[in-house]
Formats: sequence, structure tokens, C-alpha cells
Amino acid sequence: MGKRVTFGNTFIGIALIVPQLLLVFTFFYWPTGEALYWAFTLEPPFGGGNQWVGWQNFETVFSDPKYYNSVKVSLIFAVGTTTMSISFALLLALFVDRQLPGYRVYRFAYFWPYALAAPAVGLAFRFIFAPQAGFVSAINTYFPGAWNPATNGNDAMLLIMLANAWKMVGYNFIFLLAGLQSMPRALLEAAALDGAGALRRIRDFQLPLLAPTLFFVLVINLTESFVDSFGIVEIVTNGGPANATDLMVFKIYTDGFVGKDYSLAAAQSIILMLLVVALTVVQFRFIERRVQYT
Amino acid sequence: MTARRLSVLSALAFGLISTSALAQAPIKFDYWYGLTGQLGDVMAEHCKRFNASQSKFEAVCAGQGGYDKAEQNTIAAFRAKQHPTIVQIYDAGTVNFLLSGAIKPATELVKEFNMKVDWKDYFEGVSNYYATSKGEMWSFPYNSSTALLYFNKDHFAKIGKTEGPKTVEEWFADIRKIKAGGHAACGFGFDFDTWMPLEQFSAIHNLPIASRNNGYDGLDAELVFNKTKFADYMKDWKKLLDEGVASIQTSQTGKTILQAFTDGSCSTVLSSVANHGVVASTIKPGTNWGVVMLPVYEGTQRHNSLVGGASLWVMAGKSKDEYAGAAAFLDFIASAPEVKWMPNATGYIPITKTAFNQMTAEGFYKDPKYAGREIAMQSLTFTPPNEITRGIRLGNFTSIRAEVRSELEAAFTGKKDVQTALNDAVARGNQILRRFEQTFKGKTLP
Repeated sequence: MGKRVTFGNTFIGIALIVPQLLLVFTFFYWPTGEALYWAFTLEPPFGGGNQWVGWQNFETVFSDPKYYNSVKVSLIFAVGTTTMSISFALLLALFVDRQLPGYRVYRFAYFWPYALAAPAVGLAFRFIFAPQAGFVSAINTYFPGAWNPATNGNDAMLLIMLANAWKMVGYNFIFLLAGLQSMPRALLEAAALDGAGALRRIRDFQLPLLAPTLFFVLVINLTESFVDSFGIVEIVTNGGPANATDLMVFKIYTDGFVGKDYSLAAAQSIILMLLVVALTVVQFRFIERRVQYT
Repeated sequence: MTARRLSVLSALAFGLISTSALAQAPIKFDYWYGLTGQLGDVMAEHCKRFNASQSKFEAVCAGQGGYDKAEQNTIAAFRAKQHPTIVQIYDAGTVNFLLSGAIKPATELVKEFNMKVDWKDYFEGVSNYYATSKGEMWSFPYNSSTALLYFNKDHFAKIGKTEGPKTVEEWFADIRKIKAGGHAACGFGFDFDTWMPLEQFSAIHNLPIASRNNGYDGLDAELVFNKTKFADYMKDWKKLLDEGVASIQTSQTGKTILQAFTDGSCSTVLSSVANHGVVASTIKPGTNWGVVMLPVYEGTQRHNSLVGGASLWVMAGKSKDEYAGAAAFLDFIASAPEVKWMPNATGYIPITKTAFNQMTAEGFYKDPKYAGREIAMQSLTFTPPNEITRGIRLGNFTSIRAEVRSELEAAFTGKKDVQTALNDAVARGNQILRRFEQTFKGKTLP
């Protein structure tokens, strides 16, 4: 055992961590604590005189069929959009890594969508995919009624998945490309000399080495799709048609801010938080086991 | 030490300067409004007119990006004690504000500052909507509208009609003919807004939406609209949709109802008179169009339609100076020239009888640009408002609207039968009402 490096001065040590702790407390523990308190009370919109109601808010949430619908659509959305964005980002990253012509431009440009604000992305997708007026409306002139996210729930779900995946592709691309480029080139060349084709090299060599990065973007994407999809849903579908895209985080917004039922929204936030924590634990527990860090 | 003393001195000096500056500067108070776009500009303009009209007060006006945002932001600001003195709150937010304990009733302000406001001069349809159950005014009526049927005269001419439909049956027959003759892509465009089909329709047919006189008599009201003629009305809409005569027009489909009307694809739409100016300025040039009162079913005695729009609330916990400013501002916008200015700048109606009579005498409604807007006044004043047609006073009405909306979406997209959807909307709406009642346990509607 080497000599342990410690601060002789406890005061400096504490002073150094206090700002960090204060930040975490103000922006995480305090609001969470407040939400937890509201979840067990009935809070009038303007405040003042809230009453303790125990588990009633949670009972209301769990007895609402529309809540289960929103959990279901959130899961579908999370899996769908994550699959789309990671697989597409992986494809792009593999191409750029192979240094196809113009790859320097692509490397730079693919990141842009992530820099756009979600509502801007949503607006663009809404216009492009509008069934009567958008570019995609051409489909409907050949196959009437084939595409209508305003009345068909599946179309609407596909549309917000696409919008969110498009936005996340750039983010995933950067991480996956960095992962690919950090691999030892000599190994790759050796494999090529041994006669492994491009697909074979991807399957047996690049993907396994990329596993830690893939695992990381998987966790980030799933979490993001649960807690950060609000902007797109609000602009593109507004939760409709008939609650087909009423994601959990959007339902929290509509119940809390539009409906002014802060307690019901607080209870749902707590459930969403627990769900995301649980999902992350599951991922670390079961998926990470199969990941080999080098 | 010297540094600290210096800072104390400079703070004192700064304080002196700023107080002396305040003595000359006008007294400022905050006013938040919800309207956006063209109408938001008009709100800002109204503020400027007040500031230019006198020098004692200065209204600091800020748009909040929508009616719902204005309410949300005011609630958040009130909880942080940063709220404005006056705020524009839409019709559906009235109950929240009546029960909030966060406001200063209008009648109180009027008494304290000897304001000139004459409540009797307001059209009853307007004032009753915002009055308490005892008839007291707690907010100041402001931008007001009601719903009308907009129709494309060119399309109607092709089926040999010069007049708009008066009854629902006539309307449906007309648009079926228009569609069958291929004169328009859609006879009737609608979205899932409940204001026209549920609220206005129920008022003009004298049908209750909820028990306890639409909620005016207590928070224990229950929704009843699944058992009224409204259910038949929605079934008829569904039939039109299935026949291809009507079509759904939302921003998600690409065109809102107004856009579908102004570009000539839909022959009729139901919309607020507030959009009269928008239609006039955006419709395809050369199009002949007009408005009529919302149609009623044959054999129905027509009643007055409901007022929509917003009123101005004065918030609690402000200084005497700020209230003085608020009183001056509210007196200013309630004066006849200002009440008349509003319909000129927008499609809103004049809300006082004095202003309406003056405008009629001055020939406002003869001007082709504004012709037709008097129909909104006829609709609003068709009968004196009774217990049911004076308005709707239901807790968390915004959420109830959202529930009806999503159930209508389910019905019109074929996921549910119309009656089942309405039954579900009522059941879910009643749960919202019960939660609201419980949240405000021990409180009664003023």
C-alpha cells in the first residue's frame, strides 16, 4: 500500500465540496422532496392549506386505465426510438469510420440535429409529415388514407419516434464514432490480412469492442426518451389522437400544469422517477454483465 | 474596513438617488396578458394607449405566450410572491381564480377608488358569465366573443342558396348537396375544440352541461351532457364524417379549420367571431363569405349563446399605489372610446351597451369590412341569460375539456362508438370534479 494522499486541512476539503452539494441539493433533492410531499397531499393551485391524503393520489393514478395506457405507449416509444436512433447512428458511424469519400464533412454535420431544440424539430416534422399539406402527403394521393397521424394512433406514434430518433442520432453517432476510432487499427488490419471481410470484421471485432459504448448510449437513450420527450410530443401530436401518444412525461405536464392538479402530477413524477431508476438498475444488472470493458 | 464603509455609503447614496427618481417617475404596475400573435400585439397596443393617455401611472405589460401559460405563470408567480397586479384570465380559468384567495374582487377595487365602471352597462351575457352566484363582479370583462357559423357564399350559390343555414337540418342538407355536387372538397371542417359543439351548442338549445345550474350553485355538480341532445349532435357529426361530407382539420392534419375555410376547401366551419378579422384578411381574394348564428335543431326555441374570451383579474397583496394604477387602467379600458377601439382592432365585440349603440349609430356594422359582426351581438343577446345559459362554472374545466376532446378523438377516429365515448368523458370528467371538490374542501363558490 502506498502512502495515502489526504487533505490535512478539513476546512478546505469541506469548502470544496459545499458548492457542489448545494447545487445538487437545490436542483435535485429539494424539488424531489417537494414533489414527494405533494404526492401525499392535495395541493390547491395557489397554495395554502394542503391536506394530507396518504396514498390517495397513487390510488387515483393506479386506478386510471389511461395511466396504464400512458405507461404502455411510453415503453413502446422508448424501445422504438432507441432502436431506431442507435442502429442508424451505428450505421453512420461505421461508414464514417471506413473513411468513405466526404467523411470529414459527415463527421462534422451529423451532430447538428442534436443541437436543435426539441420544439423546433417537432415543428419541422409536423410540417413535413402533415397528411394534407406536407411533403409526405404525396403518399395519400396514391394510397388515400395511408398516412394520417392526426387520426391514426400508430402513425402518430411512428412520427414522434422518428422525430426523437432523428434528434438523437447525432448524439449517438459522436459516441459510437469515438468508440470505433479508439480501436487499435493494427488489429483491424491484421483481421483484414487474415481474410475477414468488412461485415465479418464488424461482427466479430468492432461490435464486441464497441459494447461498452453501445451500453452507455443505450442507457442514455432510454432515460432520455422517458424524461425528455415532452417538447416533441407537445408540438407534433399533443398527446393525441385519443391518447395514442400520451407519454408519461406528457401526462404529468397536462395533469399538473394544464389541469392544475399538482398533487396528481407529483405522484406520477415519483412513479416515473422510480421506473427510470428501476430500468437503469436492470440494465446495469443484466446487460452490463455481457459487456466487456478492455 | 474602509472598503466596507465605502460600499455602505454608496448603497445609501444609490438609495437616495433611486427614491428621488421614483418621486418623479410614474408609478409602475405589472399587467400580464395571455393572447399571442396579432391579438397579442393588440393587447400591447392597448397598454401603450393607456400609458400615453396619462403620466401618473405606467402599466408594464408582458405577454405570457397563451391563455393557459398566463394562468400557469400567474400561479407560479403568486407562490413566489412575484405576481402582477392585473392579469388576463380566460373564461375557463374563472373558477380557479374565484376560489384562489389570491385576488382582490373587482367590486372592492371599484369601491376603494371610486371607479366609474357601470356594471349595468355591460351586456348581461358578458357580465353574468364572470359574476359570482350572488351576482357580484369579481373580475373586469375584457376581450369577449361568441361562436358563429362561417359559410362560403360561392359554394352556397352553386346549390342555389344566398342565405346561410338557420337550422342544423338545413345546414347538413346544404353541405351534403355541396359535397354531392362536387362544389367543395369538404362541406364542414371541424377540430376537437369543445367550445363550439358542446358549450355553445348546449347554451343555444338551453341544455345543461352539468347539474347544479352548470356548477354555479356548488362544487358538487355532476356532468350530464351525455344524456342531452348534444349526444345526437355528435352522432350526426360522425355520420357526416363517415359520408365524407365533413372532415377533421387540425394543425396535425396540415390545415386548421380557419385555413381550410380561407383557402376554399371547406364550405362551413364553426369559429369565434374574434376570427372575423383574421378571415377577412386571409381569405382568398374575391371569395364571397358570410356568417350566421350557430344553427339550432328544428323545433328548438333558440337561446342566447355564451361569451368566450377573457376577463381581467386584480391580484391580492399589492401596494396601494399599484392598486391606484390598476384602477386607473381598468377605468380607462372600460371607457366607451376604448371599448369601441377593441372591435376596430380585432374581431371582438363591444362589451357595453353604450359602446355598441354608438358604433351602430356611427355605421360600424354597415362597413363591408365589419359587416356580419352584429350577428354575434344578436346571438349573444338572443334571450336574456337564464340559470343555464349564463355560463359554465366547473372546477378544473380545462381538464374536462381535454377529456371530452380525447374521447371525441376516439369516437371520430372510429375507436369507440360516440355514445360510449361521451359516457366515458362524463365519467372521467366527474372524477375530475370530485378531486377538485376535495382539494377545495370546506370552500364554497362565492
